[in-house]
Amino acid sequence: MSLTGSAPSHFMPPQASQIAVHVDYLYGFLLVASFVSCVMVIGGLIYFAVKYRRKAEDEKTPYISHNSTLEFLWSFIPFLIFMAVFAWGWWVYHEMRTMPTDALEIAVQGQKWSWAFTYKNGRSSGSEFYVPVGQDVRLVMASTDVIHSFYLPAFRTKQDVVPGRYSNIWFKAEQEGDYQVFCAEYCGDQHSGMKAKMHVVSREKYEEWLGSEPYKDLQPVEVGRKVYQSRCVACHNLTDQKNVGPGWKGIFGKMEKLEGGTEVLVDENYLRESILDPNAKIVLGFPRGVMPTQAGQLSEQEIMGVIELIKSLK
Amino acid sequence: MSTASTAPGHRHHHAHHFESAEHEYHTSKLGTWMFLVTEILMFGGLFVGYILFHEKYPEMFHEGSRFLNWRLGALNTVVLLVSSLTMALSIYYAQLNKRHLTLLNLYVTFACGCIFMMVKAYEYTHKFSEGLFPGNYFNPLEPEVQEMAKHLVEKGGGHLGMYFSFYFVMTGLHGSHVLVGMGLILWLIRRAHRGDFDSSYYTPLECVGLFWHLVDLIWIYLFPLLYLVG
Amino acid sequence: MSSASGKNYLNETTGLWSWLTTLDHKRIGILYMIAVMTFFAIGGTFAMLIRWELFSVGKNIMDAKQYNQVMTFHGAIMVFMVIIPGIPAFLGNFILPLQLGAKDVAFPRVNLMSWYCLLTGAGIAFFSLFYNGVDTGWTFYTPYSISTQNGTILMVVGAFIIGFSSILTGLNFIVTVHKLRAPGMSFWRMPLFIWALYSTALLQILATPVLAITLLLLTCERVLGVGIFDPKLGGDPVLFQHFFWFYSHPAVYIMILPAMGVVSELITAFSHKTIFGYKAIALSSVGIAAVSFFVWGHHMFVSGQSEVAGILFSFITMLVGVPTAIKVFNWTATLYRGSVRFDSPLLFALGFLFLFTIGGVTGIILAVVGVDVHFHDTYFVVAHFHYVMVGGTLMAIMGGIYYWFPKMFGRLVNEFWARISFVLIFVGFNVTFFPQFILGAMGMPRRYYDYLPEYQSLNRISSVGAWTIGTGFLIGLGVIIHGMKRGKIAGPNPWGAKTLEWQTSSPPPHENFLVQPVVTAGPYEYR
Repeated sequence: MSLTGSAPSHFMPPQASQIAVHVDYLYGFLLVASFVSCVMVIGGLIYFAVKYRRKAEDEKTPYISHNSTLEFLWSFIPFLIFMAVFAWGWWVYHEMRTMPTDALEIAVQGQKWSWAFTYKNGRSSGSEFYVPVGQDVRLVMASTDVIHSFYLPAFRTKQDVVPGRYSNIWFKAEQEGDYQVFCAEYCGDQHSGMKAKMHVVSREKYEEWLGSEPYKDLQPVEVGRKVYQSRCVACHNLTDQKNVGPGWKGIFGKMEKLEGGTEVLVDENYLRESILDPNAKIVLGFPRGVMPTQAGQLSEQEIMGVIELIKSLK
Repeated sequence: MSTASTAPGHRHHHAHHFESAEHEYHTSKLGTWMFLVTEILMFGGLFVGYILFHEKYPEMFHEGSRFLNWRLGALNTVVLLVSSLTMALSIYYAQLNKRHLTLLNLYVTFACGCIFMMVKAYEYTHKFSEGLFPGNYFNPLEPEVQEMAKHLVEKGGGHLGMYFSFYFVMTGLHGSHVLVGMGLILWLIRRAHRGDFDSSYYTPLECVGLFWHLVDLIWIYLFPLLYLVG
Repeated sequence: MSSASGKNYLNETTGLWSWLTTLDHKRIGILYMIAVMTFFAIGGTFAMLIRWELFSVGKNIMDAKQYNQVMTFHGAIMVFMVIIPGIPAFLGNFILPLQLGAKDVAFPRVNLMSWYCLLTGAGIAFFSLFYNGVDTGWTFYTPYSISTQNGTILMVVGAFIIGFSSILTGLNFIVTVHKLRAPGMSFWRMPLFIWALYSTALLQILATPVLAITLLLLTCERVLGVGIFDPKLGGDPVLFQHFFWFYSHPAVYIMILPAMGVVSELITAFSHKTIFGYKAIALSSVGIAAVSFFVWGHHMFVSGQSEVAGILFSFITMLVGVPTAIKVFNWTATLYRGSVRFDSPLLFALGFLFLFTIGGVTGIILAVVGVDVHFHDTYFVVAHFHYVMVGGTLMAIMGGIYYWFPKMFGRLVNEFWARISFVLIFVGFNVTFFPQFILGAMGMPRRYYDYLPEYQSLNRISSVGAWTIGTGFLIGLGVIIHGMKRGKIAGPNPWGAKTLEWQTSSPPPHENFLVQPVVTAGPYEYR
């Protein structure tokens, strides 16, 4: 049973924040009002159609052209209801758009097709990021390429992530848990693969994570695996299956055919070049201009880790 | 509109679904006005874009307009205004059954269109020779211009190439409408030669005339916005 | 009253060339019918492919890139080539002059040209398939639509030309309504289908040019790099959305207003009762058209537009809901104490009322800005617009086809199979799209090639429904084709309706009426 509201049903995501509870109340009201209206209208029309079905071809009908009272009522009452839900919606929306003043800020970068998070202390994170429970969090977001959208269903909030400007979204998680992040603005091939996971943890755990080295005590192959999971998995894979990009199994040490007819040996230098300048050499059968450069995105440790991962996939 | 037909030659038969030639005339005019409304909305979108970016980058528009020769722009304005007058005169003379004067004015209107397009062609080629292309292809040859463009970018004042994007798209779209208008006038010239138009029937002259006046009007707005904004 | 010699617009001249060069609005209406039905079949096939791919998690029949192209083509075909022209250019072209007591539309040659614009634009759009297709979604948002390496320009140019088809149809209708009404037919004596087509025509001529300039600017952006949507050149990608939706929101009313006009005709004709609230329905058509220009931002609540803009757009969108609700109540009230016969056209009208009401209330839900943030770009929106466009407009098209079928072809369709088709379409539609409301509430975004396992069971239900609808429409196609050749011969007015098109033979002669009708009363004088 959550602290903030009713238990999550199968028809809505869990309610991870107060705002989610507010949104759900309004949505619940709208559902009930819609259902009642539909029953009245649909029930009415089925009832009339059946009750007044034609009994004889030359049957005459009364000439009822209008009824001013009725027409006024069924214009004014819906109008009032619409105004009421509009105002209620305004209130909820205002809550969502009013950025808290003392929020924990995290920079978010969206690019085809992954999310990257950078904290104030320099700690960066791929698609799995951490926030403390019970704390206002503000994400300052930008895109490096096309429009994306950062969507947290459990918090009932989303905001488009646009190239050339910063956009903001805020939330306060009321309880610990893991929450799904989706990209909600179509951005190309792997739009549906552009996911992230937000881990809401206690303040102590958060501080611990924040101060930790992302790859402390990890072997290079494990570092590579983490990087792969957060940045590469949308287009590559650890088998030999061709996806948007080549699969990595068994490629190290091979002679790879390139577009243009030449061949290249897949060694550490080739892999490093492919990561930093993907369009320098394109493997035959794959599109040019799709893989974004990871220059500036990956540390030396991370690049080495990915190379080691690939080497391990015999 | 006179219903008495004293015209020689070709008699116009109105289409079967109209009650009379007069009915057809008024209907055709309404249709032409509806079409002009769509043109105003289309160019309107461009003007809105222009206004928004002018608001955002006033200095860039000021600098960009210095590359335009306002004298040539003014000449083109006068040329189009004269052509609107001659277009109106061709209708006036048709109403008076003066076929040769109708034709003469149509010829002058067409010639004005030619002058306008030639001035435009000169302006365009001159800009291309200086590397002043729209948007991404903006590549000024003169070092001073390169300096000024770089300076603009550095202080967040926008890319000078965007000014030329607006210049070329707006005058280009307008210019294509001038060409279409000229084509329509050629068609009118052909029909006038055949004696199709007289005091009882001059509907196509009137409808093309309305289109031509709109093309003129759009230029009247373009000229100050692009040439005089500095 | 039938023409003495048995000559009508269908048999008066023969041969393909006489059809391809016809100036008869009735023939042009049939040409549009064939074009729109063909495009619907193609777009519908793409829909079946989408639902097949989405039947299970992971890859089923295509990869992500192919899916995104199929998704784009499905949307672009349905929006530009089916739902927008569907009623005005097909049913409208055929019926509008007849209902006005006119011999043709004001500009028959412009009418024919509009058909060729549709075909040319569609051809160019389909040609993009030879250039790696298009994968931007029918909304072409920048910057993705600028950088994606494929045939996007071809589809954009195709849509531009198709836009002219819409503009010319609207222009023709406005002038026809103003200038060619029968003597005695004041505006307040026009059938409501005409009011609907007129309101639609206003939108067609005022809104479509803005789409034209938007698509032109997008093309210039791709070809000339003009940069007004490119942040690297100082441009604004969100500006594209403003331009695009300024047309595309009125466009959705281009899609629904004619359908509402058809429903007004069906309800009166099949309950043999005068319409309840004629003036309210007529004025609400024009009112909806007018207000529709001011709500485009409700597609952009989370785009980065200001909070104030969001509030304003939400408020005005609520206002549009009022005239819409009024219409639904008026139609229901018309049935009260009517004499209702459940022929297939009426079934489709009732189906419209059922499904459009659901679609409409979910539109109000989405207009509530605080709630829209969660639902924007999820399957909730997909369900909403399919309820109004398919459950609404497509139902009305089917009802209109069966209603005016005897007028168009002089024959009646097979009622039994038409009703079977209705049941399959109606049931299949709900099975397909109702689960999508739930999927959206659960957080599944739209335009997703693949999804998390918890969304699978609802996706499967939805896919099964899709195949049911497909079957229903195939049967419907069979009903129409069979009826054209072998339907029972119909008289001039098999339904006992009162509007002018039923005062001439079925099918009508080339000039529509042997004697110019003179109007002395309103269009629904069932007394």
